[in-house]
Amino acid sequence: MEASAPVGGQLISEGDYVVLKREEVFKAVQVQRRKKVIFEKQWIYLDNAIGKNYGTTFEISAGGNLQQKKKEITAAEPKEAGADNRNIIDDGKSQKLTRDDIEALKEKGIKGQEIVQQLIENSTTFRDKTEFAQAKYIKKKKKKYEAVITILRPSTRILSMMYYAREPGKICQLRYDTLAQMLTLGNIHANSKIIVMETCAGLVLGAIMERMGGFGSVIQLYPGGGPVRAATDCFGFQQSFYKALYEFPLNKIQSLVSGTFSSRTAHSDQELALDEESNGSVIEKQDPVTDMDEESSPATESEAMMDINQKETQEGAEGSEVPLGHDKGQNPDKKLFAIEKKRKQDERRRKESEAASLLQDRNADGLIIASRFHPTPMLLSLLEFVAPSRPFVVYCQYREPLLECYTKLRENGGVINMKLSETWLRNYQVLPDRSHPKLIMSGGGGFILHGITVSRDSSASNIRSREKSEEPAPKKIKVEESGS
Amino acid sequence: MSFVEYRELIQDGDTAIVFLGHDSMFPVAIKHGSQTQTKYGVIRHSADLIGKRYGSKVTCSKGGWVYILYPTPELWTMNLPHRTQILYSADISIITMMLELKPGSVVCESGTGSGSLSHAIIRTVAPTGHLYTVEFHQQRAEKAAEEFRQHKVDHLVTVKNQDVCKNGFGVSHVADAVFLDIPSPWEAIGHAKCALKVEGGRVCSFSPCIEQVQRTCLSLEEHGFTEINTLEILLRVYDVRTVSLPVPDLGRPGDEKSAAGSDSSELSKQTSACELYKSGVPPRETVGHTGYLTFATLSLF
Repeated sequence: MEASAPVGGQLISEGDYVVLKREEVFKAVQVQRRKKVIFEKQWIYLDNAIGKNYGTTFEISAGGNLQQKKKEITAAEPKEAGADNRNIIDDGKSQKLTRDDIEALKEKGIKGQEIVQQLIENSTTFRDKTEFAQAKYIKKKKKKYEAVITILRPSTRILSMMYYAREPGKICQLRYDTLAQMLTLGNIHANSKIIVMETCAGLVLGAIMERMGGFGSVIQLYPGGGPVRAATDCFGFQQSFYKALYEFPLNKIQSLVSGTFSSRTAHSDQELALDEESNGSVIEKQDPVTDMDEESSPATESEAMMDINQKETQEGAEGSEVPLGHDKGQNPDKKLFAIEKKRKQDERRRKESEAASLLQDRNADGLIIASRFHPTPMLLSLLEFVAPSRPFVVYCQYREPLLECYTKLRENGGVINMKLSETWLRNYQVLPDRSHPKLIMSGGGGFILHGITVSRDSSASNIRSREKSEEPAPKKIKVEESGS
Repeated sequence: MSFVEYRELIQDGDTAIVFLGHDSMFPVAIKHGSQTQTKYGVIRHSADLIGKRYGSKVTCSKGGWVYILYPTPELWTMNLPHRTQILYSADISIITMMLELKPGSVVCESGTGSGSLSHAIIRTVAPTGHLYTVEFHQQRAEKAAEEFRQHKVDHLVTVKNQDVCKNGFGVSHVADAVFLDIPSPWEAIGHAKCALKVEGGRVCSFSPCIEQVQRTCLSLEEHGFTEINTLEILLRVYDVRTVSLPVPDLGRPGDEKSAAGSDSSELSKQTSACELYKSGVPPRETVGHTGYLTFATLSLF
């Protein structure tokens, strides 16, 4: 089965989406030959990583090239150590090497490991420090001088931690433990039909797709001109995962509910405008992954999306025949472009009407909402498309809108077992004789409202069927207690 | 019915959840001809349940009604018969994500306990993955195996009755992830390493006490695991209430004329003034600690 095979091979290959890790910092990039990547203030070329295994650790050598790092045998315990710091005086002269000396070492291209060793040897107070303080000193210097990165395969775990650390604003401050709750409470699993409405750069969508493993279908509702999937791309899903991914514009939901929707409806002005813009000669494609540090508005991100779409259709169109234009004065390029545009629009329209009919079945297995919009109106409309006895989960950065949402749903009916919750996450440092909580994370992780849909037709199911059945005479059967 | 795939209608042999309202529910095994007593009266399976749609309202003999819900691992966790202390959904969620579980994952677990986490794992790794679960208590192992059969997920799980600390998981180099919830996890780390695929994978250990975590972390380090990380997750649930706070009477302004449109009219004086607002009220008592979760990665390279 195609979908059961692991995504990609065991080896890093060109074009793969990978995650670079240094200490606790992650960055998602696409592997391309001879392409400079900036990570933690360093230029890197990923050429040497191609063909290596995922999980390999590299050292950054001169010129930003990567060199596979051998698994090191833990260094022998330092021989001498002090008991306490009563005799350590901070006179600022404990380090014999000057800044210039260290710079000179770096210029020579000496390995970070050796620089650290030099620093230790030239520190007059090192031997008087306690064992713990020595370990701490070494760790600190290593972090500064030894540039070591690991290349990992992307996953929800890594990407959600990365986004929360680097781009919390783009994912509505959705902390990774909160995302984990959503996936579980939503009972996201293979072979289900899930509706998702998110404005979290496509991270929530990616997480859902990972949990479904290419089995079942996902209908993504989007505001504006198109869904933002910058984070979804970082997962590097195989093409088959996208076959059952549908998108439908949020602004046509009302017409779908009232039954006035038709797939022939012309595209909204906004979409057309976006099309026009992306028809400019060559728009520099914004790579949302490498431009992590830049603020980009949702509009530009969806533009990037459009560009990607266009690229794909262009590639697709290359093989197709171009009918000769009757109009002699017409530029063949323009002609080709018009055909492509038509194709693209037809394709989008087809997908949209497929999404519409999937929604109109009103039998979705779950609903996940995580957006910057007010959750109440969305929930009230979208729950229409969910089958009874299915979970729904709504995320909101703030608690108050969910309080209102809870009240409205209560009045509206059709849902039970609603819960408003939040999770706190606490990380620990665990070391011999030095264990304690690291930092408390609270607030800013967001809130969740979840519940279960139920049937609203009260009359039909209430009528007791008068059919003859194999009911036993209602009588109490005494169960003998065994004396175990 | 199956715990790994939704069905629309209630069938003979299903496990369903009877929801009575206000967090009160219980599981029921659907069987032709049998009946279930609730505080609202009796439910006859053949007439009232079989063939009905999940999520529908069912009227009981005394006129009251209940909802019949489709069993999800989360509902099962809230309603299963406890044979041991169990893991709840908050911990299960973070475990699932941090172990990177998905369809196709092969997972080793010990102990099986009451099967709360097992059901959640099976749901996530289906249809192409597998769970190998080890439980040293014979009765518990048998009961778990029986439940998996009842819930029609037995093709996705193998239950072994042995001591994981002595005999390991009974498989080698097949797992993408290993989960430990045993009193002395540090004794099973070597076996966890053997169970994991050659190219590596993730492990997680759940322990209530910090001393257990300490020993587990040392053992993980000795066995060459990296990215060792201990965390704790706490669930906070809020009751949604309308709160009214009385406005204190600060006396009436004497002869001074207050500004036009102010609130100190004759009317507000007669009704006792209250400010209403919606609030998420934390319960008086809540779970403060379940356990520490220690995660680590095994990597060849």
